[in-house]
Amino acid sequence: MTGFDPLIVFDLVLAIGIVWMGWASLAARDAFGMVVAFMAFGILVALAWVRLGAPDVALAEAAVGAGVTGALLLRTVAGLRRPEPAETAGPALKAAAAAASLTVAGIVAWALLGTPEAGGYDALVAENLAESGVSNPVTAVLLNFRAYDTLLEVVVLAAALMAAAMVGARQEYAHEGLGPLFAPFARLIVPLAFVVAAHLLWLGSSRPGGAFQAGAVLAAGLIVLLLGRVWRPGAGQAAPLRWLALGGLMIFAGAACLSFALTGGLLQYPAGADLIWIVAIESALTVSIGVVLAALFHGGLPKGGEG
Amino acid sequence: MTGGTIFALAGVALIGVGLYRLAVSAGMVRRLVAVNVMSAGVGSVLIASAYRGPDLAPDAVPQAFVLTGIVVIVAMTAVGLVIVRRIDEAEGDGDG
Repeated sequence: MTGFDPLIVFDLVLAIGIVWMGWASLAARDAFGMVVAFMAFGILVALAWVRLGAPDVALAEAAVGAGVTGALLLRTVAGLRRPEPAETAGPALKAAAAAASLTVAGIVAWALLGTPEAGGYDALVAENLAESGVSNPVTAVLLNFRAYDTLLEVVVLAAALMAAAMVGARQEYAHEGLGPLFAPFARLIVPLAFVVAAHLLWLGSSRPGGAFQAGAVLAAGLIVLLLGRVWRPGAGQAAPLRWLALGGLMIFAGAACLSFALTGGLLQYPAGADLIWIVAIESALTVSIGVVLAALFHGGLPKGGEG
Repeated sequence: MTGGTIFALAGVALIGVGLYRLAVSAGMVRRLVAVNVMSAGVGSVLIASAYRGPDLAPDAVPQAFVLTGIVVIVAMTAVGLVIVRRIDEAEGDGDG
């Protein structure tokens, strides 16, 4: 605790950069600029979270928050027939909005700074980590201590896919070919994405990584194939894709039922076998998350098929 | 002032920025981006509250919450964007 930590300067500059980038994104004149700034914003936020000792979440923010969300936004913005309307708010609305957001931010800041330091869950997690079967505490919380949260989160993804299918927007992308550089790029990036996804999945049990980060990277590889129209999901692929998209949820729910039958506790794995259960569930989840995110980019799964 | 406080306050600022832009923006995509900025702000506040200093392990439970939140917000954004595309399609058909 002696002297001045030079990294504080870095933190300050980064924090100002994040707020400025968030503002710049939302204030950008055109939609394309907004999305590009939003993706840069996501990367800066991920960097801040690394500084706060949260590399798992930072990976997810970079891959999902900046990567997949950015791809979804770009795909939508590029396909819109009529550009987004310009800001039309009058001075009265602006003043009211400024007052409301300042009040909310003020209340949150006051609550944050006024709350006395509490212990949190550190001790509980540390105490039970040895029993969880994995050494990464975030994975232990996600897939063991609070696995039902994660189960419901996968349900949210499945619900999103169904909602997208029901809304039924058109699925084609608005671009005129990707030029001669696409094939060499895809040959490099797609296998790399699959290898990185498998690596992140495997790392998840002991180091930063896990099913969601791996699934997002897998989705990125699939999105490259979709964009290049190398992969055109047709009616013939509808049935297997549905199984892949929902398989993770089915296996997770099945594991919940099975663990309940075996141990009497929902998602309370049999003693000593936690790692096997977690790796099995995470592997199934990775494939499903990858397919669901890519399908959401595509605008839903292909229709038809022999079910 | 520690790194935790700095990024917690940055998160608070992001919540404010996102809320303001959500209120004054007319574009649907822009409003979705504003909600995403707010979500990053909430995440920053939670991650900062889990931070215990450079030498101590952070609290894993809020971190897991934020991970869950990231997946929920991308699902919400994806559905929102599909609806935006569908509205754009329907309006395009309307005036030929």
